[in-house]
Amino acid sequence: MATAIDIQKALHAALSSMPDEQASLLPILHAIQDSLGYVPKDIVPDIAEHLHLSRAEVHGVITFYHHFRQTPPAKHVLRVCRAEACQSMGGNELADHATRSLKTEFHGDTADGAITLEPVYCLGNCACAPSVMVGDTVHGRVSPERFDDIVASLRGAA
Amino acid sequence: MSVRVYVPCDMSAISVGADDVARAVTAEVAARNADVKIVRNGTRGMLWLEPMVEVETPEGRVAYGPVTTADVKSLFDADFLKGGKHKLSLGLTEAIPYFAKQERLTFARVGVIDPVSIDEYRAHGGYEGLKKALAMDGAAIVAAVTESGLRGRGGAAFPAGIKWKTVHGAPGHTKYIVCNADEGDSGTFSDRMIMEGDPFTLIEGMTIAGIAVGATSGYIYVRSEYPHAERALLRAIDFARAAGYLGESIIGSGKKFELHVRRAAGAYICGEETAMLESLEGKRGIVRFKPPLPALQGLFGKPTVVNNVITLASVPVIMAKGAQFYKDFGMGRSRGTLPFQLTGNIKHGGLVEKAFGLTLRELLYDFGGGSATGRPIRAVQIGGPLGAYVPESQFDMPVDYEAFAAKGAMVGHGGMVVFDDTVDMAKMARYAMEFCAIESCGKCTPCRIGSTRGVEVMDKIIAGEARDANVTLLRDLSETMLAGSLCALGGMTPFPVMSALDHFPEDFGLTPKNISNAA
Repeated sequence: MATAIDIQKALHAALSSMPDEQASLLPILHAIQDSLGYVPKDIVPDIAEHLHLSRAEVHGVITFYHHFRQTPPAKHVLRVCRAEACQSMGGNELADHATRSLKTEFHGDTADGAITLEPVYCLGNCACAPSVMVGDTVHGRVSPERFDDIVASLRGAA
Repeated sequence: MSVRVYVPCDMSAISVGADDVARAVTAEVAARNADVKIVRNGTRGMLWLEPMVEVETPEGRVAYGPVTTADVKSLFDADFLKGGKHKLSLGLTEAIPYFAKQERLTFARVGVIDPVSIDEYRAHGGYEGLKKALAMDGAAIVAAVTESGLRGRGGAAFPAGIKWKTVHGAPGHTKYIVCNADEGDSGTFSDRMIMEGDPFTLIEGMTIAGIAVGATSGYIYVRSEYPHAERALLRAIDFARAAGYLGESIIGSGKKFELHVRRAAGAYICGEETAMLESLEGKRGIVRFKPPLPALQGLFGKPTVVNNVITLASVPVIMAKGAQFYKDFGMGRSRGTLPFQLTGNIKHGGLVEKAFGLTLRELLYDFGGGSATGRPIRAVQIGGPLGAYVPESQFDMPVDYEAFAAKGAMVGHGGMVVFDDTVDMAKMARYAMEFCAIESCGKCTPCRIGSTRGVEVMDKIIAGEARDANVTLLRDLSETMLAGSLCALGGMTPFPVMSALDHFPEDFGLTPKNISNAA
């Protein structure tokens, strides 16, 4: 969980890395989320002021894009691909297995705070389907057994 | 001299263990004190063989795969550093029929070289196109691209040269080149393979585009789901700048070109060019009305070339070898090659670059080897989530933009998602509507509301509720979305839905007789 100091540091690092114009908004939001795991709601006014935008404009952008989140994720974000190529190779069954075994719906966290489960629509790994992504790491040809191994190693690392 | 061993660093190869294999090879090299240089190349695109390890021998590169960490010791024991026989031997890489039968123009270097080595890039013909372009005036470059017949590879297939000509002729000093690397279609990864496996090709293509139309800066809008590609691009751009291929005076020509990478944020709609421009400007990815065309009023209101990765990455070979060379590939008005991506339930999934004109059946069976499960192939979705489902009866049609359009299908970005006979096409039709509802930007009503209503109607059809009436409603709704949507998302979602209904009525609980009544 990010402290108020972490948040201020991330905010200032992001704002100072880019020119104060609207086109900097996505890079700034990425920098903050890369650092904190989310974009805290209470820094929206700071971002807006720096870029000469309204708070509504910044809020609109954060909530438009699936990638950005406004609440802290669990320790690891696990994305399961729900798109067609993965579906053709058991992706729906894998998604069911994920929600059942992690005991959470998509967009939710596991009870132990280890994993946030998110859907994703294509990882570009369509010849090695089905795929999941953890952080920046993509896993291909993921059977339910392999899924369990990935989850176990994440919990081990947590 | 040390032996060169290639272990791919492509994301797909890594997803099935290439990094682990590279570590195991490194450890084994150290343990045996062998004289080996490990090169992390892109993938050759034979993805069912990944991780595929290659060894350079006097006869050429010899391949082994798919390699697991458990195989590494035995590979050394089999003297694979000299091309020794092993149960995973695949012979000479370039003699593997899947690879040998291809026509690799855009992908000539992918899987061959170290992706971020500018020396290897140049040694394999890189920057030849730029050199020629620098000796020409902008109009001549535009004419060459027009003459080559290159059409937009992102999906819309608009002639690239005509777009460039518009930007070239547009008034104003500030113009932009924008590369659409928001490759969101399921079943596609060719953009990613270029960006990870040969990023200099894209950089060179964008630089040539800049010189051609008089733009001095470019943006690459790359998906947030592609962190490997983003890193490869950033590294390659740094190397290109350091070597004088980007900056104030490109290799001393006095011509300026600079490149920026911008990360997308997981919105499918930003693959639509005007939504992407909005996103680059720091706004929500809401589709713009056209006109004005982006070629006249694009990024920040300035004349802008917006092309997909493969389109821009095909420009260097066109300039290096000439428009005629490129144009000699292909059929009809579909000139050159297309990187097909065989994905989903397919035995030999991967990337096949071929001239237009081969049939789907050749791709699916001669290259693809049939389904991965060994069951009959029932349907193939071509061109992403907005592409039609093509049934077996149409597998003999040639891959050509016009031939596909005549059958209500589209080539799109060349992605093919294969389904075997266990697929439920009513569920796939429902999914198409659901995807549109999730990804709609919300600007126009047919897409925003229509997709949600479409999911509801599909639920009723699947539940068997007033089936004939609801199928009629579904067709009516699809007509409205097709005709009334602002962009391709709402306008083409009916393609997968209607093709599923027309070709597989039994999955909707209809008999062919019902369907003719409904139609």
